[in-house]
Amino acid sequence: MSGRVLVGVKRVIDYAVKIRVKPDNTGVVTDGVKHSMNPFCEIAVEEAVKLKEKKLVKEVVAVSCGPQQSQETIRTALAMGADRGIHVEVSGKDYETLGPLQVSKIMAALAKKEDAQLIILGKQAIDDDCNQTGQMTAALLDWPQGTFASEVTLDGDKIKVVREIDGGLETIKINTPAVLTADLRLNTPRYATLPNIMKAKKKKIANVKAADLGVNLTSRLETVEDLVGKLKEAGKV
Amino acid sequence: MCVLFIQKAAVDKVISPFRSICGKDNVSLGEAIREQHGKDESVHRCRPPDVVVFPRCVEEVSALAKVCHDHNLPIIPFGTGTGLEGGVGAVQGGVCFSLRNMDQILNLHPEDFDVTVEPGVTRKALNAYLRDTGLWFPVDPGADASLCGMAATSASGTNAVRYGTMRENVMNLEVVLSNGTVIHTAGKGRRPRKTSAGYNLTNLFVGSEGTLGIITKTTLRLYGVPEAMVSAVCSFPSVQAAVDSTVQILQTGVPIARIEFLDDVMIDACNKFSSLSYPVTPTLFLEFHGSERSLEEQVSTAEEITQSNEGSDFQWARDAETRNRLWKARHDAWYAAQALRPGCKAYSTDVCVPLSRLPQIIVETKKDLLESRLTGPIAGHVGDGNFHCLMVVDPNDPDELHQVHLFTERLARRALAMDGTCTGEHGVGLGKRALLCEEVGPLAIQVMKGLKDSLDPRNLMNPGKILQRGEL
Repeated sequence: MSGRVLVGVKRVIDYAVKIRVKPDNTGVVTDGVKHSMNPFCEIAVEEAVKLKEKKLVKEVVAVSCGPQQSQETIRTALAMGADRGIHVEVSGKDYETLGPLQVSKIMAALAKKEDAQLIILGKQAIDDDCNQTGQMTAALLDWPQGTFASEVTLDGDKIKVVREIDGGLETIKINTPAVLTADLRLNTPRYATLPNIMKAKKKKIANVKAADLGVNLTSRLETVEDLVGKLKEAGKV
Repeated sequence: MCVLFIQKAAVDKVISPFRSICGKDNVSLGEAIREQHGKDESVHRCRPPDVVVFPRCVEEVSALAKVCHDHNLPIIPFGTGTGLEGGVGAVQGGVCFSLRNMDQILNLHPEDFDVTVEPGVTRKALNAYLRDTGLWFPVDPGADASLCGMAATSASGTNAVRYGTMRENVMNLEVVLSNGTVIHTAGKGRRPRKTSAGYNLTNLFVGSEGTLGIITKTTLRLYGVPEAMVSAVCSFPSVQAAVDSTVQILQTGVPIARIEFLDDVMIDACNKFSSLSYPVTPTLFLEFHGSERSLEEQVSTAEEITQSNEGSDFQWARDAETRNRLWKARHDAWYAAQALRPGCKAYSTDVCVPLSRLPQIIVETKKDLLESRLTGPIAGHVGDGNFHCLMVVDPNDPDELHQVHLFTERLARRALAMDGTCTGEHGVGLGKRALLCEEVGPLAIQVMKGLKDSLDPRNLMNPGKILQRGEL
């Protein structure tokens, strides 16, 4: 067993930013807007680092698919305790149309290449709210999945996952290797401290192209229009 | 009455210019909005302004101020309304400048440990923004207050003992004066870590509670997020033992981050409220920040000291969940105090004395509480010599309110007699103007009056706060 965990971290617009739709309705304003790690990815990283601190896994590898700036997101994961990073550079048109299907193909390819035992992802990204990547990755690898995890316990070569579902909490036991997706209450992510940020600068980030992993980035989806609701006039009482 | 009439006419005249400056939607005459902006979290009743404006940038603040100046209208700056001394009450009506739309975090310099923020930025919003940088702004007055508002009231908090108060952590301010002039107290954009350049205008405005100008930007000193934290709790047989431990911990150079005192009445309230079982006796809550290794040393030194002062039941915790559990009593103190008498309101006193006088003032105050039959559990930032009696009072009982008022005056005078201050962190606001005179003396008050006259000759900036009518 490699004891290796892959954690996906996505660079998104910071949760505290007030989003504005572009005047031509083709999307959201991203230029000059603060970006940071998707909050559910932070929880995923925290869980992976906790597992390493408990000596249940040996290495945490942070993966991000996106433009040059995604490296900053990987650095944050490294500052939280990940050991090394993999940046799959995706930019331009490919980045605009990058979605769960392509990312899950990339994660699956990397899992095989890195001989990963566990993949932990955030349950969804706060920009597209797709909630698909974890599930698709598991399907592509034919691995079990523990999604919406609010509690994870490693038990030999099995994992006990408590899942948050509509009816309450569901507990399942799955074999490894497996894919987990982190829900809000799984843990409270640690803050990156200055000494750890400094150490993170020395950790390695490998650059990989999607094509090298045999992944075609072409999207089957086309965004027709992005609409924002019309501002209502003040009412009269 | 006549003044109010003239003012009402003036208000009518300015609505139109206000609307052209900051937009129709950012000028409000609505009763609910005005009431919302006429009170804070103190026990002072609501004193609504005549109109509330919501400027979006410093240029609009300046233009609006000029209009107010031309029409002699009072100006009351408003951040988050979380003050505790009635500072935002519009005692003479006028125009409330609600600054919440100016909510940008500007010019973060992580390598220089500084950042500039607008008044709409609260301390939790800033710390959330900083979370990837390894930096934080540690001044924590409890409420999620506006940082510029915290500068205006010279706020402090539970970790002032290590990180200081706003006075030590504001490097520069952008201020709009009553006539619309915009100044930068340390020079535009400047942020050296220290300076000897000219009069310290920055600290003149820190704590001026909106009476000298409207703060539209503040440049703050940031600190590295602690690598690790340890929390501890320890019980003591007496107030003296707890304070002695505090003094000795500080003397040994332990860079303690928080050291909070709860008296037996407060501990009892907390036990009842949060179903805890702390021994009902003076208790210290401690928090240590640092690297793993330095924490070991800090905690063991502190433990030895508490033991030598007959401290008992020393518990400490490293992980977040247990730390929160240990500190739960202190976190819930405000609510626990109010729960002692449901339906009552709580008013917090705020005196601060030199450390060596703390045991005496607490003992005398507890005696006074007993004799006056008042409910006043005590919680204090004992590392600063600052403590709060949380006076739980029935707001519908004028007798009790009067007794509480007399008690707080006696307490303030007790502190003044011990070389202390009537307000360690909350400010003067409406309720402590007379005490301020006693505290600094008539000559210093004259100097304050001179400064006020020079910066705000028409007394438009938040009238009725800090200085009394007779002094102007």
